[in-house]
Amino acid sequence: MNPHPDLTSSVLHGLGWFYLILFVMNLWWTARSYKLDGEFSKDTPILGGVPVATIWAVLSAILLMVSAAHFTGTSSPDTFLIRLPEWFKNPVDAFFADPKIYFAGSLVLFWAMIQFREWWIKDTVAWSLLQGSLIFLALSMSDYDFRQIVGKPDNVPIVAMLFIVSFLTWIYFRRACDNDRRIEEGRPLFEQENNEKVLVWPDLVYTELICMVLLTVVLVFWGIALKAPLEEPASSVKTPNPSKAPWYFLGLQEMLVYFDPWLAGVVLPGIILGGLMAIPYIDFNKTGNGYYVFKERAFAVTTFLFGFFPLWIALIVLGTFLRGPNWNFYGIYEVWDVHKVEAANNVNLSEFFWGFPGISAIYGGMPKGDAFLGSPVATMLLRESPGIVLIFLYFAVLPPILGLTVLRKYFVKMGIFRFLVFSNLALWMAVLPIKMVLRWAFSLKYIVGIPEWFFNI
Amino acid sequence: MSVGEYIRNSQIWKSIFRHPAPTDRRNRVVVMLTNFFLHLHPVSIKQQGIALSYTWCMGGITFFLFLVEALTGVLLMFYYRPTLEWAFYDIQALRDVQTLGIMREIHRWGAHAMVITVWLHMYRVFLTGSYKPPREFNWVVGVLLLVLTLLLSFTGYLLPWDQLAIWAITVGSNMARAHPFLGGEGPGFQILNMGGYDLITNASDAKFLLLGGRFVGEATLNRFYILHCVAIPIVVAGLIAIHFWRVRKDGGISQPL
Repeated sequence: MNPHPDLTSSVLHGLGWFYLILFVMNLWWTARSYKLDGEFSKDTPILGGVPVATIWAVLSAILLMVSAAHFTGTSSPDTFLIRLPEWFKNPVDAFFADPKIYFAGSLVLFWAMIQFREWWIKDTVAWSLLQGSLIFLALSMSDYDFRQIVGKPDNVPIVAMLFIVSFLTWIYFRRACDNDRRIEEGRPLFEQENNEKVLVWPDLVYTELICMVLLTVVLVFWGIALKAPLEEPASSVKTPNPSKAPWYFLGLQEMLVYFDPWLAGVVLPGIILGGLMAIPYIDFNKTGNGYYVFKERAFAVTTFLFGFFPLWIALIVLGTFLRGPNWNFYGIYEVWDVHKVEAANNVNLSEFFWGFPGISAIYGGMPKGDAFLGSPVATMLLRESPGIVLIFLYFAVLPPILGLTVLRKYFVKMGIFRFLVFSNLALWMAVLPIKMVLRWAFSLKYIVGIPEWFFNI
Repeated sequence: MSVGEYIRNSQIWKSIFRHPAPTDRRNRVVVMLTNFFLHLHPVSIKQQGIALSYTWCMGGITFFLFLVEALTGVLLMFYYRPTLEWAFYDIQALRDVQTLGIMREIHRWGAHAMVITVWLHMYRVFLTGSYKPPREFNWVVGVLLLVLTLLLSFTGYLLPWDQLAIWAITVGSNMARAHPFLGGEGPGFQILNMGGYDLITNASDAKFLLLGGRFVGEATLNRFYILHCVAIPIVVAGLIAIHFWRVRKDGGISQPL
């Protein structure tokens, strides 16, 4: 008997219900499509003259059969056929189980989300994406390791959050694209049409009441369905592997891979909060107040979404679902093997610099002891001087240069103080991706490494 | 006269509610002005401003979740003793034997949900540009509330006193140790020294302040309990009041200006 079975009777039962809900959802969608979408054009081979809804009807029928199969298959889960095949799982793990590909992928998705916004806000496309991700989730649930991590009660809200955030982002882009078109055509904004004043009683207070009742129901059912986790009593001698911070801090914990705690845990969170508070004071764009719009505020929205999606949500997902023992990276279907070894042979910038053949030949390698001016501190600073110079260039020299060249427009509108704050915050935002790329490309550990003072960057 | 009408016309009812039933236009205005719980709202409001697909309702949901957390939290405090001896077993009893043990589930899931809805509220406020003048300062108050929500959740994480709790807090509080100047293993603490003695050591640094000791222990549990149940909620309640007041004073809920 396999102690870690991919499928069990209760899993099949749960998945049966899940597919049944998907069936009902698509049944509704079929009816909607039949009313709204019309027929395939007469020129389309085979399908000409057939209602578009046929496709959805077929999908619904398949989902119903799959659901029935799950309910009737609960007696023999070992031989049940509908499960993710190994030839799918293994390449997915082998290819995606890598922070580089994961982060690059999240950047590509982010870019596509903005670039193809006009396309994916369409009803049919959005519905297909939703159904695709739900079916993917259902199929993946047939894998033991996936279920272990995604089905954890504490992780359920994260999965829910992904769907809610996607849905709300869809609403945003839908309304923003609509308003973009209205502005181009000189029509009034969507928010300005039918915008008469209504009485708060009953129009708002009843919405609030219904909302409160629904939320209470959701919380009670959630509380009944999922038990709050309680592990073994606390023990300061038994360290769990991995030790994870609460899920909403996992983006910060992920930064620990690339930065020392003083940066990842203190300075960067401080900058994030300071930067958030500074937003209203550095955004000089007066348009886009009180309505959804993209083109009028393309830069501001893109920057914020960049911080929210690839740098916050994606890192939380990474930290929660993909980081396992020893903070190694594991694929979604991969066993959390404690003995997985990943070579980490990272080198400081100073070692690169002083080991460079030309420089090493002239200066005889890395300065050590009190070789420089007879002082250990001076020697240390000389050793780290390449990194210190780079950091200085990045934060002190780069902003004015940007202000006089590519960002001249912003510099002129913002004035010097505002611009320096803005450009420094923007540069801080880029710090994590830059360090990631340096780590992956050159195995770079520290740009400035002064462990004597705990001052490592 | 129907029973409902009889009750509404009784002296007791009229003494509690300062307004007649909001059945006509005049009284629907009066009710908003004279009821304590409703006076947070204006009397009338732009239709598009309260459309669900516009506001997403996330700020209101966050506030409601805060109230749920306060209510369930108070109920949990009747059962729970924040000591090394009892903390874990009280939670275990809530899970296994106490009648209203589901309060803990609601409290925990409500806390997760609140973290998410705060983010989503901020997300919506950004996307509608509602932080722009004259609402800049209320955005700042909102960021503070976001931080305090995370801290509330973080301090509550320790209270069950199981493995999940203490190690999550250990990971989190190790950051304090690395605080520049104020952490015993942070850059620059050596500067704060008097006559050759370090002022900042692992018994006097930011981590020690947070934990009440060098490790997560009984003092930490006490500190986090007070922070979680009293200190932070008071500050949050005050900031929420300011946040709501400013919404009204800065031009009402977001809508095209």
